[in-house]
Amino acid sequence: MTIEFTKERMYKVQEIINKYPAGKQKSALLPVLHLAQEQFNGWLDVPVMDYVAGLLKLDPIEVYEVASFYSMYNLKPVGKYVFEVCQTGPCMLNGSDDIIHYIKNKLKISEGETTADGMFTLKTVECLGACGYAPMMQLGKHYREHLTPAKVDEIVEECRKQAATAANGNGYLS
Amino acid sequence: MSKKLLLEKAHIEGIKSYPVYRREGGYVSVEKALKMKPEEIVEEVKVSGLRGRGGAGFPTGMKWSFLAKPEGVPRYLVCNADESEPGTFKDRYLMEFIPHLLIEGMIASSYALGCNSSYIYIRGEYHWIADILEEAIQEAKDNGWLGDNIQGSGFSCNVYVQRGAGAYICGEETALLESLEGKRGNPRIKPPFPAVKGLWDCPTVVNNVETIAAVVPIINQGGAAYASIGVGKSTGTKLISACGNINKPGVYEIDMTISVEEFIFSDTYCGGIPNGKRLKACIPGGSSVPILPANLLLTTAKGEKRMMNYESLADGGFATGTMMGSGGFIVLDEDQCIVKHTYTLARFYRHESCGQCSPCREGTGWMEKILWNIEQGKGKMSDIDLLWDIQRKIEGNTICPLGDAAAWPVAAAIRHFRDEFEWHVNNPDLCTLQNYGLAHYADPVYVPAT
Ligand SMILES: Cc1cc2nc3c(=O)[nH]c(=O)nc-3n(C[C@H](O)[C@H](O)[C@H](O)COP(=O)(O)O)c2cc1C
Ligand code: SF4
Ligand code: FES
Repeated sequence: MTIEFTKERMYKVQEIINKYPAGKQKSALLPVLHLAQEQFNGWLDVPVMDYVAGLLKLDPIEVYEVASFYSMYNLKPVGKYVFEVCQTGPCMLNGSDDIIHYIKNKLKISEGETTADGMFTLKTVECLGACGYAPMMQLGKHYREHLTPAKVDEIVEECRKQAATAANGNGYLS
Repeated sequence: MSKKLLLEKAHIEGIKSYPVYRREGGYVSVEKALKMKPEEIVEEVKVSGLRGRGGAGFPTGMKWSFLAKPEGVPRYLVCNADESEPGTFKDRYLMEFIPHLLIEGMIASSYALGCNSSYIYIRGEYHWIADILEEAIQEAKDNGWLGDNIQGSGFSCNVYVQRGAGAYICGEETALLESLEGKRGNPRIKPPFPAVKGLWDCPTVVNNVETIAAVVPIINQGGAAYASIGVGKSTGTKLISACGNINKPGVYEIDMTISVEEFIFSDTYCGGIPNGKRLKACIPGGSSVPILPANLLLTTAKGEKRMMNYESLADGGFATGTMMGSGGFIVLDEDQCIVKHTYTLARFYRHESCGQCSPCREGTGWMEKILWNIEQGKGKMSDIDLLWDIQRKIEGNTICPLGDAAAWPVAAAIRHFRDEFEWHVNNPDLCTLQNYGLAHYADPVYVPAT
């Protein structure tokens, strides 16, 4: 795989850099890592981080130390669909433990694991600012709220369908 | 019924779009501001008594007047939309339903502070909301409210959105600035304060989303009119995000003259507790503020009705009171376990500690482990004292207030619910199966006023 942003993403990178004063392109690092993760299978491999470092004229270490600090960057491969289920207090009060348990049983994986077919990863996360709509998870760009076992079933179905029909074989929901 | 200043129009059909927002009186505050001197606006904000809505409640006008203004150095306004304090989801609501209100506030505030580039730092998970804001900014620009020489005033300003990437600590203002500079979110040692040395070492004001939105009604109606709403030093309106065990979770705008009891039990607000259960406890201002048992929550130690404002919530200090904080209102019903809830919060703070200071990095991990043991029936009586000791050693001994924020929930849980902790230790076989008794329950019957 050659590591290079698409033309469209390259244009976005420039747009992002233009938001800051001259010479402050390091500020673009977080948004550009988001773009990189989107394009390169949902995680940041070392060559991908090195590529970003080159683009922004940074030392690779400056990229690694940032990528490892923030929880949204995955430093290991993940499934096509990452279920990020909140487990903090307010969600717990509304049954997030049961939802996490249900997903584990349904997909036969533990936290942090990916199903054998590479479709689903389960991540537990801390408060996502949806406490009033608990229990909830993040899936791609959006939140899925007021979860019940039946809703989890629907979401899993929806993902499977989307993956089967996505022309480019890339099923990330956005 | 509370007066609304921010969300009054949030549910008008199409208010997310510029034409409807403008038709409903949008951007009038910018027109008005551009005809005023910047110092006059700062003065109005001072007169309004507005206090920062991010959690600390610091007077906004005063913060603005501290901004250093050296010749030839740019100044920055940064909006804190990181919103990660458990229980808090009010900023999201405002940005999702009435995004132009924040953009309007950003432009008026940027003018008042003399900032030509302003940033909204939004938590990375609010991806779709960042898109909503980008769209609103584009519309504002297309209609001449952003860019060069706004409305022929000679003032130029751009507003940019930056997404974070998952780190509660980036809500702390100096960590936020580090993150905006493309670094790890490690809080800076203060002083120097951001007002002197902030973003890229330039003078910077960091304000919460709700604070900046409140500047719009302050300019429109005048600081004095804003100050006339509310009570004492709790002026204007406050957004409260209510969650946990209540019938109507959601975001409510209140004018700070209602009681806590009315807020929980009235159908206008939380609508009481589901399934006829009783109120056990509440954390009224986001996970960092002290939890109170029902009796102290509804009535202060002095025997007065506790009200939903800064002073009344804090009445009694940490011994018998709590804090307004960010307005993240978490309600626990009679079936909830205080130890388990506190454990999830301890886990949260351990996860979110940036690791720079040993009391915070190590202490949060210890607290999480000890709470887990107690919750699982594997705790010793001495563990409760050890927990108390650890939280005391964190508080006040760290670079940033995350240490305090991690210590306070544990301290308050032990202070008010020690017997529940002891019950766990004394009943190792029972405590994973059932709940502690009824010791702290209050059973108020709320009668709505007719
Ligand atoms: C650990 C920590 C997390 C914080 N998170 C937020 C946040 O998510 N949003 C926010 O507006 N302020 C947050 N704050 C407060 C900010 O540091 C800062 O005081 C605030 O943004 C100032 O704005 P205001 O004066 O308008 O309230 C946090 C503080 C700490 C110590
Ligand atoms: S108190 Fe905690 S979060 Fe704050 S700087 Fe120290 S280690 Fe980091
Ligand atoms: S606790 Fe789960 S979204 Fe806040």
